[in-house]
Amino acid sequence: MSSKPEFTNPVIRWVEDRLPIFSYMQHEYRDFPMPRNLNYFWNFGALASVCLVVMIVTGIILAMHYTPHVDYAFDSVERIMRDVNYGWLIRYIHMNGASMFFIVVYIHMFRGLYYGSYKAPRELLWMLGVVILLLMMATAFMGYVLPWGQMSFWGATVITNLFSAIPIVGEPIVTWLWGGFSVDNATLNRFFSLHFLLPFAIFGVVGLHVVALHIVGSNNPDGIDVKPGPDTVPFTPYFTAKDSVGLVAFILIFAVFVFYMPNYMGHPDNYVEANSLSTPAHIVPEWYFLPFYAMLRAITFEFFWIIPAKLGGVLIMFASIGVLFILPWLDTSRVRSCRYRPIYKWFVWILGADCVLLAFCGANPPEGFWLIAGQLGTAYYFFHFLILLPILGKLETPDPLPTSLSEPVMGGGGGSAAAGAAAAKMEKK
Amino acid sequence: MKKTLFLSVLAVAAMSLTTNIVFAAGGGTPAPRQSWSWDGVFGTYDRAEAQRGLQVYKEVCAGCHGLRLVAYRNLIDLGFTKAQVKALAAEFEVTDGPNDEGEMFTRPAKPSDRFVSPFPNENAARAGNNGALPPDLSLIVDARAFGMDFISYTNSYIGGADYVYGLLTGYVDPPSNTKIGDGMYYNKYFAGQQIAMAPPLLDDGVEYTDGTKATVQQMARDVTTFLAWASEPNLEQRKGMGLKVILFLVAFLILIIAVKKRVWSNVH
Repeated sequence: MSSKPEFTNPVIRWVEDRLPIFSYMQHEYRDFPMPRNLNYFWNFGALASVCLVVMIVTGIILAMHYTPHVDYAFDSVERIMRDVNYGWLIRYIHMNGASMFFIVVYIHMFRGLYYGSYKAPRELLWMLGVVILLLMMATAFMGYVLPWGQMSFWGATVITNLFSAIPIVGEPIVTWLWGGFSVDNATLNRFFSLHFLLPFAIFGVVGLHVVALHIVGSNNPDGIDVKPGPDTVPFTPYFTAKDSVGLVAFILIFAVFVFYMPNYMGHPDNYVEANSLSTPAHIVPEWYFLPFYAMLRAITFEFFWIIPAKLGGVLIMFASIGVLFILPWLDTSRVRSCRYRPIYKWFVWILGADCVLLAFCGANPPEGFWLIAGQLGTAYYFFHFLILLPILGKLETPDPLPTSLSEPVMGGGGGSAAAGAAAAKMEKK
Repeated sequence: MKKTLFLSVLAVAAMSLTTNIVFAAGGGTPAPRQSWSWDGVFGTYDRAEAQRGLQVYKEVCAGCHGLRLVAYRNLIDLGFTKAQVKALAAEFEVTDGPNDEGEMFTRPAKPSDRFVSPFPNENAARAGNNGALPPDLSLIVDARAFGMDFISYTNSYIGGADYVYGLLTGYVDPPSNTKIGDGMYYNKYFAGQQIAMAPPLLDDGVEYTDGTKATVQQMARDVTTFLAWASEPNLEQRKGMGLKVILFLVAFLILIIAVKKRVWSNVH
């Protein structure tokens, strides 16, 4: 692995001497050492990058037929659906692709939380991931505005209005964002422009994310440092094969949505053209923003007597992403994987359940039960990151860690009979 | 690990279902679920229903409701001949031009034209309808739907077609304590129960050429099928292609799993 690969093809050798792209690919994607014990949760990074490519390709085709003008946007989307060859297919892939992208990324993040993939030396890798999430959210939000349906228009109005909560400069900022005094043609035009631009920014940050990953290497379900040699297998063929299984399974699920329930994750009001004179009964964002929407609306009271409720909600919503940025320093435990954190393991699942609860709260009008549930859910979210994580790391006694991936249990009699048997079986090989 | 995978799938499923909850909160009584010819994996639009539905649309709905996203030529997909479509289109006048003298002129519509709307603009439509706006019906089935074609037949599920059918058949006598506004009608499936549209369908309101008895239910079913097609004219192509794609992917997945097991056989 350490020796420079020899290429026999003279053309490849000529390029290689001037731009070592072939040895790079060989080193990073063929010989690259991967922990041998990665489970299928480690597919989701690759799946996310596939999603990004699918979104960019379908998006470029859609942009060829789309007209970013308030008078034509809705009709041009319907023209794509009805008259453009396979336009319905391209649009349904793009529309559902956004949802699939978020499903994949949320699972990818949960994997990171569960197995401690954000801890040293992967802090920067994790933070780049949070940047990607933020960019994705901006892109998805602006993309949802483009069909210029009722939810597009009113979603855009609600979300851009959030900035008016900023003291003093809030109103001018909103006017500047809109390019006018309401969400109108100028807004639609710039959203289209930015919706086209941001995916390439995401592409760039994904590049950094991958480079950072290849410097520190993948974490693994045991969360221990991987020793070169018996602990690893080369990326190709082992993980090209394993990623392929996940990829085909993913495309299968994706296809079920595209072909049999293409509008399931969308909102029917978006098949009604935008009308600034008619407000929908309930304005809801796309499903993947619902937990954040719940947090935004959970703050119905003034903070410390000086921060008004609206600003408080906006700050809380951005803080919910903000805590992810500093997560590597909030978690004081040095054990990465929840496999060896008997107490924290449960709290990760509770956090996941809390996010699902918040999604339900975001989908329902903020009153009665759903408001209280949303407030408690929001409080718990921040309790988890700001109080529980720092304290639990100090209080919890982790289970004994294995010394290496090939010898999963370190003496001490901690392992069950089954684990011992598994270890014995491993040793035989 | 199996358990965690299962739980996360569950969580994602729960999150994707949340969207259902909110829509149940709006609106009136959920319309009961009907069985439709285009339901399910192999569903296709019943051509006879859809053709009769066009007749109902033309003779009853089209007085107030447009269908501006559908072109006359699209009707060929419903089994009409080119000559029939041409004759139908020619019944309508469209403005074209300018001609060589720079004048706009009217001409009979061609199959390539979209359905001519009954009113030139929203204000004219409101003026002719007591201030209410009859919505364009091109996307009405999609726009009134939530949920999708075959999952979750729970109580919170309302299909757009079920709603349209429910609305057309949902005119009943109001409860005695309900005050009905001027020019309004009571409909149990409409949000708020008071709708500005008079009951559009009456028994034998149209005379079907194929001898089908034109009951309110029959006409509602026919026109709903027609409007479902208008909302999603590519549904049949979509479902047909989907079946092939999914069968291929299932086979491919089995193959890939076998390859993966073979590759990893010397590691575990």
